[in-house]
Amino acid sequence: MTIATLQEELIEEFSLFDDWLDKYEHIIELGKSLPLIEDTLKTDDKLIKGCQSKVWLHAEMKEGNIIFTADSDAIITKGIIAVLIRVFSNQTPEEIIQADTSFIDEIGLKEHLSPTRANGLVSMIKQMKLYAVAFQAQKTT
Amino acid sequence: MSFDVQKIREDFPILKRSVNGYPLVYLDNAATSQKPQEVIDCIVAYYSTYNANIHRGVHTLSQEATEAYEEARKKIQKHFHIQYPEEVIFTSGTTHGINLVANGFSSLLNEGDEILVSAMEHHSNIVPWQMLCERTGAILKVIPMNEKGELVMEVFENLLTEKTQLVFVNHVSNALGTINPIEEIIQKSHKVGAAVLIDGAQSCAHIKPNLQTLDADFYVASAHKMCGPTGVGMLYGKKEWLEKLPPYQGGGEMIKEVTFEKTTYAGLPHKFEAGTPNIAGGIAFGAAIDYLHKIGFEAIANYENELLEYATSELLKIKGLKIYGTSKKKTSVISFNLEGIHPFDIGTIVDKLGIAVRTGHHCAQPIMDFYKIPGTVRASFSFYNTKEEVDRLVKAVQKAQMMLS
Repeated sequence: MTIATLQEELIEEFSLFDDWLDKYEHIIELGKSLPLIEDTLKTDDKLIKGCQSKVWLHAEMKEGNIIFTADSDAIITKGIIAVLIRVFSNQTPEEIIQADTSFIDEIGLKEHLSPTRANGLVSMIKQMKLYAVAFQAQKTT
Repeated sequence: MSFDVQKIREDFPILKRSVNGYPLVYLDNAATSQKPQEVIDCIVAYYSTYNANIHRGVHTLSQEATEAYEEARKKIQKHFHIQYPEEVIFTSGTTHGINLVANGFSSLLNEGDEILVSAMEHHSNIVPWQMLCERTGAILKVIPMNEKGELVMEVFENLLTEKTQLVFVNHVSNALGTINPIEEIIQKSHKVGAAVLIDGAQSCAHIKPNLQTLDADFYVASAHKMCGPTGVGMLYGKKEWLEKLPPYQGGGEMIKEVTFEKTTYAGLPHKFEAGTPNIAGGIAFGAAIDYLHKIGFEAIANYENELLEYATSELLKIKGLKIYGTSKKKTSVISFNLEGIHPFDIGTIVDKLGIAVRTGHHCAQPIMDFYKIPGTVRASFSFYNTKEEVDRLVKAVQKAQMMLS
């Protein structure tokens, strides 16, 4: 599935929730179901330091696509990571580089992506894109 | 007179607003306090009727502004029981005051001299001293704390030697609320000839110190913690110390005479007040002190203690809730965690319910390392908070616990 389709799917999924409580309960569920990053990969070089919650992000190439795995010590952060991984993992570097993140706004989680939130998510998206750029550069050289 | 919290709340326009569809419950007072209408009016009045630069002009506006600014200095002097008005230096806040002193001591310390700080300092009272040590070769030593979040005074006494030149402690810990025994710390430090700086950022809104009887050498505080505006604070230094310290910044206002060969510096307090200061802020700092005096510090302390006791016992009814900082002597700050739940998650959910608390390490990472936790949720109460608001906090934390576990 393309990034755009996945984003539309998520917008639809989140439109089912009328109030913030249900939406957050869903995010928490997503957080709990996120396949964890392997403990051996939870090293400091994979750590994206937010001021408050920690995020670990690992990327590897498989058959032309980037596979992301990630974890966080805070469950809401983890839920939002799960959303980002669903969209960006198993995509080509080119698609990841070009993708925009406005769907986060549309599913009503914009506040979590404000730089002042200090939860590491903004840096996580940046890091995902950096991985994509790095893998693309590897491919072309 | 009984303490009429509902009437007091009327003075704070921000308390009328709602957040995320709920009436705001503001419990982040240790980060900054809200401002009463008369402090806001004071700032508006300055800019709309007598805005002018101070100390320099002969025109009427400049004189009015100068008088108001110097009047504010006297209010600060009186409030903190300071002997001379020139011992009050206007700063941009506590951090500025600490850096001013740390910088001044660069030329007074020698290699091997020792500086003591407490284990429960805010980063702003750790980093400037580390920088000072790097510049001078002095050694930073730490007064440890115990599980309750109290300083271990026996170790402090052992750390004090004739090598100790400076001791820095906060009056109240921002992350735990512990009130430190500063009288004892000052007395004992003076016995070995060390100077003491008290960081009053977290105490100034709750405790009115008498700096003369305390015999502190330096004391720093921020206006915004005590219902005043941000960007302004005060440094108190004993005259003999302030005269000994070199100026911090060069510029206008702080000079007596300037030629290209040599500049002679102005006397106190202007020596440390280079450039145009935060005039409106300084004047409004005075207005904030006036406001707090109208409510009365004793009444504030009694009421806040009552709130602290009530909130502590109500929060402890929640299963799995642990409070960090359980010293007998505390200001109205409760730092806590729920078992198995990250503080950031709790903060996110209670914010959705209109409640402002702080989460994280509260700029005191050494404390979090001590307890081996990533951070805490911190609810800090002020005299305009109510028991009903405590109840809303408790309910919100219960809700968060239900959702997150």
